[in-house]
Amino acid sequence: MSATIIRNGRVIDPANKHDEVVDLLIVDGKVAPLSQLPTLSSQPDEMNAGGLIVAPGLIDMHVHLREPGFGHKETIESGARAAAAGGFTTIVCMPNTSPVADDPSTIAWIKSRAATAACVNILPAGAISKDLAGEELAPIGSLAQAGIVAITDDGHCIQNHELMRRAVEYARMVEVPVLDHCQDYNFVGNGVVNEGYWSTLLGLPGWPAAGEEAIVMRNILLAELCDHHIHCQHVTTAKSVRLLREARRRGVKISGEVCPHHVALTDEAIQNFDTNYKVNPPLRAQTDVDALLEGISDGTLSILASDHAPHADFEKEVEFDAAPFGIIGLETELGLFVDLLVHKHRRVDIVRLIEMYTAEPAKLLKLEAGTLSVGAPADVTLLNPDLEWTVQIDKFESESRNSPFNGWKLKGRAVRTIVGGKTVWELD
Amino acid sequence: MRIVESTTTSLSGDAQTAVRWNRKDLLGLRELSVDELNFILETADAFKQVGTREIKKVPALRGKTLVNFFVEPSTRTRTSFELAAFRLSADVINISATASSLTKGETLKDTARNLEALHADILVLRHSSAGAPQFLANRLEASVINAGDGAHEHPTQALLDLCTIREKRGKIAGLHVAIIGDILFSRVARSNIFGLVKLGAHVTLVGPSTLVPREFEKLGVQISHKIDNVLPSADVVNLLRVQHERQRKEYFPGTGEYTRFFGLTKERAKLLKPDCLIMHPGPINRGVEIDSEVADGLQSVILDQVTNGLAVRMAVLYLCGGIATT
Repeated sequence: MSATIIRNGRVIDPANKHDEVVDLLIVDGKVAPLSQLPTLSSQPDEMNAGGLIVAPGLIDMHVHLREPGFGHKETIESGARAAAAGGFTTIVCMPNTSPVADDPSTIAWIKSRAATAACVNILPAGAISKDLAGEELAPIGSLAQAGIVAITDDGHCIQNHELMRRAVEYARMVEVPVLDHCQDYNFVGNGVVNEGYWSTLLGLPGWPAAGEEAIVMRNILLAELCDHHIHCQHVTTAKSVRLLREARRRGVKISGEVCPHHVALTDEAIQNFDTNYKVNPPLRAQTDVDALLEGISDGTLSILASDHAPHADFEKEVEFDAAPFGIIGLETELGLFVDLLVHKHRRVDIVRLIEMYTAEPAKLLKLEAGTLSVGAPADVTLLNPDLEWTVQIDKFESESRNSPFNGWKLKGRAVRTIVGGKTVWELD
Repeated sequence: MRIVESTTTSLSGDAQTAVRWNRKDLLGLRELSVDELNFILETADAFKQVGTREIKKVPALRGKTLVNFFVEPSTRTRTSFELAAFRLSADVINISATASSLTKGETLKDTARNLEALHADILVLRHSSAGAPQFLANRLEASVINAGDGAHEHPTQALLDLCTIREKRGKIAGLHVAIIGDILFSRVARSNIFGLVKLGAHVTLVGPSTLVPREFEKLGVQISHKIDNVLPSADVVNLLRVQHERQRKEYFPGTGEYTRFFGLTKERAKLLKPDCLIMHPGPINRGVEIDSEVADGLQSVILDQVTNGLAVRMAVLYLCGGIATT
């Protein structure tokens, strides 16, 4: 038997609407009732969490781990360490690897690699279409049996509405949620930045907001038609928020997530052609940022995620047009969101923020994780919402450094990450 | 390092030069101050007369190496820079995209650093990606001169347009300049807008709504889609090439319709004031954006632009090349 007791923390467990200063008992890797304390055969290890929040282990449902195929950007091992250092105990990895995660054997490989190398829980997402080509369905049923938690062609978007309809219908049968990267290729063309003032000024090809909104609208129609959940990944525009708000009020099974860079930055940041600000979907205008904040505070946007997208320095250090899209986020997202949403803009309280990182994704993906219910896996994040710190990219656990937040001073961060009752990361 | 027998006072001393110019690179006109713009134009005026001499050469950049690095095809701009460098006594090599190692997969950064390792002092870059010159300028000791980057800026083209307007009309402030054509994809338009607005001109952009998006109004210019309403009050019309090669064809229905709505035809040219200047950065599509006779007519200053391009590029190479070594 192994047991740990976390003393004096403010335990926030949104799934159980629980928020009080109380001790948390962990026995054999699971959350145990405090009533079990007197019956333990030996004294539990003590951990003092005075002044800290004790939250269910955070879940990031949008991460690129790059393995198999692109180990020079990130590995399952390094990505997991980065997750732990950001306060995350469970991450969902996207299928745009090489080979693409469109086959049960690739899912099996990821799971076995994660079992030996990863210090946090790795949950793979499978592809919707073979080779992410948007032409024929991947074996979604077999992928579900192999253990995926969702399907997505993230990084790509199925343009053929009929194919997407069949994918959603099929996914309903095998009970996996559909995640979608919303991008209409005809609208977007070779766009690399938000179409607006800055694209006009800099002569960079524009990626119009309508390129996202057209697919958000398509997905609302398909969620209704197929009566199955579609989750819109990395929502960025004001009209997307409006469409989602209206649809959710009508009870449509649709949801949206927000990434930290889309609320921390606007497209003004691209003016020096720094490719660390090149991301897909692109950084938008201030009116879009305002709408995202509004969508977060009224519950339209219910999930927070990083879209952690590592790239090597030599890949990013090229002409703006030629650089790959992507920003890493695992080690900065919690700090950015606590700083911006809780402290600076006061859009949500810390309880709701934790819910958007735990109960909300757990409900969507039907996970055991994301709660501190008795019997749940003892995945716990200790966080200090008032701790001030400075982002230093040279201290990152990630293999990559493509973050535009180096040097940012943030308020709020995780201080200890516990997976299955074991501490996997602790702030120095 | 000094222009021999300079007739203007602005080049009379290094101290003054240092105050008015301290950039090693010319990346665009957006970041230049009014004083810097005027200083380049004054310096260009000083160089104009060099071209009219029997010996068309000054020793200002003797011993310096200039690399014309063109990662996008160009004949006219490259030749102009090459000749400008020769007239300043620099050594020049030309590298084009097909000849360079870029086709072998070497990155732009590595290629440029290799050129610098060969002690290139000035790199003149033409590139299809907006921001490529800034990317190199941030990483190299050498001077980087933007010879056109994507749809971003083409500063020496706009400077030669400004130089020509000043030469012909004696001023820029207060003039009404119409820029007509494909604005969205035009680096010439952007650099002209930045330069003209800074120097006090009134600018109207004219063209189809797909190629002249409203966002441009935020740059301090007016937009019109009716050329006949604009021509009568224009002091300068600058016609841009309709760039078929760069466009997906959805932007306008075809060159026939373009000419009908926006071409400077003989008939339309009658709407112009007698002293209105007709400009074009070239190469001209005769019969598309401008009728042949209008291009060759008395109001056309298209060839003066080419001549002034040489003086402007000498000025830019002289100013930036001087800073790079000090």
